[in-house]
This record gives sequence, C-alpha cells and structure tokens, in this order.
Amino acid sequence: MKKWFEPLSTAWVGVATHKLRSFLTILGIVIGVGAVISLMSIGKGASADILSRIEGMGSDLITISPGATGYGGVRSAAGSVRTLTQEDAIAINEQVAYINMVAPTYSTSLQLVVGGENMNSQVTGVPPEYQDIQNLEIAYGSFFSDFDYQRGAKVVVLGSEVKETLFGDNDPIGQQLRMGINIVRVIGVLESKADMMGSSLDNAILVPLTAMQQMVAQPRTSQGERIVSSIVLTVSDEEQTDYVVEEITSLLRDRHRLGPDVDDDFYIFSIQEIAEAVSAATGTMTLLLGAIAAISLLVGGIGVMNIMLVSVVERTREIGIRKALGARERDIWIQFLVEAAFLTFAGGIIGVAAGWVVSYLVSSTGLITTMVTADIVILAVSVSVSIGLIFGFYPAWHASRLNPIDALRAE
Amino acid sequence: MIHLQDITKVYLMGKRELEVLRGITLYIEKGEMVAIMGPSGSGKTTILNLVGCLDKPTSGSYYLEDREVSRLSSGELAGIRGQKIGFVFQTFNLLPRLSALANVELGLRYCGGGGRDRAMAALDKVGLSDRANHRPTELSGGEQQRVAIARALAKNPPLILADEPTGNLDSHSGEEIISILTSLHAEQGITLVVVTHEANIAHQCQRIIHLKDGQVVAEETV
Repeated sequence: MKKWFEPLSTAWVGVATHKLRSFLTILGIVIGVGAVISLMSIGKGASADILSRIEGMGSDLITISPGATGYGGVRSAAGSVRTLTQEDAIAINEQVAYINMVAPTYSTSLQLVVGGENMNSQVTGVPPEYQDIQNLEIAYGSFFSDFDYQRGAKVVVLGSEVKETLFGDNDPIGQQLRMGINIVRVIGVLESKADMMGSSLDNAILVPLTAMQQMVAQPRTSQGERIVSSIVLTVSDEEQTDYVVEEITSLLRDRHRLGPDVDDDFYIFSIQEIAEAVSAATGTMTLLLGAIAAISLLVGGIGVMNIMLVSVVERTREIGIRKALGARERDIWIQFLVEAAFLTFAGGIIGVAAGWVVSYLVSSTGLITTMVTADIVILAVSVSVSIGLIFGFYPAWHASRLNPIDALRAE
Repeated sequence: MIHLQDITKVYLMGKRELEVLRGITLYIEKGEMVAIMGPSGSGKTTILNLVGCLDKPTSGSYYLEDREVSRLSSGELAGIRGQKIGFVFQTFNLLPRLSALANVELGLRYCGGGGRDRAMAALDKVGLSDRANHRPTELSGGEQQRVAIARALAKNPPLILADEPTGNLDSHSGEEIISILTSLHAEQGITLVVVTHEANIAHQCQRIIHLKDGQVVAEETV
C-alpha cells in the first residue's frame, strides 16, 4: 500500500505548497475539459433533438414518389411523371415481406369555397390506413373510417392551417364546403405537426381515395392502371428497411419494365435512411465541436508542462537529496509524473463538473437540449490524465536524469 | 570495507581538463572512524562523492565490501546508496516543506524498509524526539544537522559519510554533532568517514588522511 501511496502524498505536498500556481495550472485543464464536455453535450443534445424529430415522422415510414426518369438525356423533375400506379401499391403489399401497411395517394388541385372564403388547394385522396402510416393525430372530430372509404363518402379531414384559413376560430366539424363541383362535409381536423420534409401536413386536405375517384377523373396508364401521386408504407421491422427498399425497387422496375440500363422512374425515401444521414452529419458536427474544445485542452496541457518544468528547476536540490538517499531515476520520474497526472486529474474532475453546469445552464434556457453522456465524461477525464502523463513526461524524465552531485549543489 | 585502488578523476571544465584526483589508493577498515583533511581544492569532497557512489571515477577501482562498484549503472549505484550509505552534508540538505520526522522517513523511503517508528527511534537517538513535528526552518542549525544525522542513521547503514558536518555551525553545536557521531561509531560500530578542515575534529577520529592536489600526502593514526 505504501508503494503507491507515497508518490501520491508527495504529489499532494508538491501541489499544496504552490497553491496559486497549482490552481492556475488546474484551471487551464478545467477550462479545456469543461469546454469539451459542454460543447460535446450541446452537439449530442442537438443531434438527439434532430433525430427524435425525424423519428417522430415515423422511423418505419417509406415514401415512393414517381419521377426522374431520363429519356434521351432529358431528366424530369420528381413528381412530374406519372409512372406510379395503384396497382403498384397492391403488388407491393402482396409481394414484399416486412410490410405493415401500404397507402397509395392521389393529389390534385381543386377549388375550395366556404362562405366567402375561396382558395385553390391541393387535395389528396388517401385510404384510411394513411392515418396510422403518417402517425396523424386528430385534434377535433375523427378520421374517415373503412366504411366511409368503401362507400366513397364525401367527407374531408383538414390540416390545422387549412382549418385556420377556412374557418378561423369557428368549429368546422359538420360544416360543408365546396370542393370543385362537389359538396363535402368536414369530419376532422389534424393536430398541428412539425414536418421536416417541406410538405407539411398542416396544409393537407384529405379525402377518401374512393371519393376522390368519383370527384375527378383519375388518369390511367396505357396499360389501364390507375396513376397515383405517391405510395406511402410502413415496415413491420425497421431493421429490414434496406431490404424492403431493395425489394420494392426490383419489383417496381419489373412492373415498369425498365431495362438494365434505364434509371429508376421513381424515388424511394425512407425516414430511416434520412435519419442515418442526418445522424452521421450531426455526429461529425459534434466531433468538430469536440476537436475545437480539445485545442484548449491541449493548451492546458502545455501549461502543465510549463509548470512542471519550473517545478523541476525549483526542486533540483530536492531531487539531489532524494538521489543521495537512494532514489533511482524511476523513483524520481514517477514522482513528477504522478504530480502532473494529479494536477490534470483534478482539473479533469472539476472540468467535468464545470462542463456539466454549463450544459445544464444552456439547456435550461430552453433553446438547445444538451446531453452529457458517460462516454464523454470518461473520454474527457482520461484524455486530461493522458495529457498530464504526456506533457509531464519530459519534465519528469529531465528531473530523473539530473546528476546528483550537480543537483545537490544547486541553490 | 572500502578499498580505493589508483583512483583518478578528471573533470572537463569547458575545453580544459581538470585532474582532481591523481591516483588515490587507500583502505578503510570496517568500523573505523577516519578523517580526510586537506586544503580546499585538494579533492576531499570528490573522494567522498566517489566513496558515496554519487559519482564514478575516471579510472581505477573501488571495492565496497569486496564488491567492485566503480563500473555499476546509475540505478545499481542508487541501490547501494539506499542500502549502505548515509550522508551528512555541510548544508544539512533537509526538505524545507517536511517536518523533521518526515525528513527522517524520507531516508527510509528508498531502501525498501520504512516506517514512522524507525524514523522516530532515529530522532530519539539524536535527542530530537520532542521536535519531530517541527519544520527545518523552526530548528536551529545544530538541530537541523541532528535531523540530518537521524535521516542518515535511520536505515542502519554500515557506512556514514559526513562532508564538513560542522562547517555551518557554531563551535558549541559543532562539538555536539561530533560527539553524536563519535558515540554512534563507538556504540554501533558504524564506519565513519568525515571530511573536515578543522584539526580538533579530525583528532577525534582514529586516523587522518591528508590530501593535497589530488594525492594522499600523509596518513597519521591518532
């Protein structure tokens, strides 16, 4: 027990003798470690925030849109071509494994009139499964039922923003509005929901796909299949997202009779993929923040080295005495190395506490969520101790190599 | 105990070679108390450093307890210092931040065995057990030197080397120190080598070796 305790108590005496100096040295490390902890916690918190928002859109969600087939070098914009059909959706549901629910959607622009209000809007026909697929919460009323769908009931569910525009603060449930040449009845309003993809569902006007088909003429392909605007689906096992995407791709290429040299005439987005890409990007950002903070830790380490060098010069005589008493080179460098590591360890612990406080204060402003995780703490403390060992090494080695006679003669 | 054979020591002072010891041959028996005298620059301290394994000779052989030690590594020399040799310096060389007791304990730290009890016993032997917790700055010069002797003594070494142990002390304290050293020698049979330029101290030893210009010029038995 004596063996390891003695260098520690010697180190403590060394640190305690020069309180202000030790404090300033430790402060350098505290700032470095604190910066690493707080910046990385902000980075981690922010990426967790973004990810949870994306996952909130349904991490099991896959969206297929038509588009982007190059014909003779001419590339069409997404959605501008009509290649996806309701029959594709049925085939996917029947032939691809790990699929939970599939919903084809058909959107078209229609004129809405309510009292004096009049607007041109994108109306989307969807099957009732669409509610579960998109995780839609109902604020008032209800979503349309299987029965509404089967009989093609002329009912509509509005996004929160559309409701605001058409009805203001009035209760829209049961109200009628004119949609093109038809009269439809409002049965529900969606809860407002943040959407990252630009197509916020707050602007949605949803009717049963069957009703849509009665109100407007749904175009057909040359094979007679009913064209849809998109197909959304959920997978039953998120782990299998990649597999499902692959299967759908090959199924659709088959159905669309695309030769091996022809590009896909559809896009497949999975939230999973987007989440992975975003998480990689925010991970890089977190690392970058950590790297910037690590520079201040490095500066702190140089401070430790500086102080240790001063300390060695100041204690040359002590080193000589210890050597005369039989201390080996190893004893001397362990002594100085332990002292350096002691300084940086103390700095690391205090720095973790300081960083924690900073990240708590940052998150209490409510602007950014922060997240201090065990791995950051362990990393920061072990890096700071390593810095003590690395930057303490040269001074310690220098001390151990002093000639005892010269050292004893030093003033 | 100690056998120096044709020892030379050359220091490089810039480009000039300075021959400090020029062929020293001497024997010191176990249990002897020997004084080394000589004018300054005669090489007394250099001999003491060599005998104390703090330094290595340029040429020649040094047998300590029949073991040739002049070619050992610095680590092995440190081991010998820790086990066999106690030093007493002119300037005491105590660590100012440590108490008297802690200073004595430091003498035990590098020889493996240790402990507060042994340190306390050593302090008791030099009559300072009541000042164990005082720091060197709170002690008189004579008391500091007694602490230093206790430090050298604590590990029970066969050999104690004293380099002008009374040089920084008034005559009264000096006599006290010498009487402690002589009684240690008489009671415990410790081999004692004292470097001094004070004749009255040298004459309390059994043998006096006179050095001049790096050579032994005379030996007298008291």
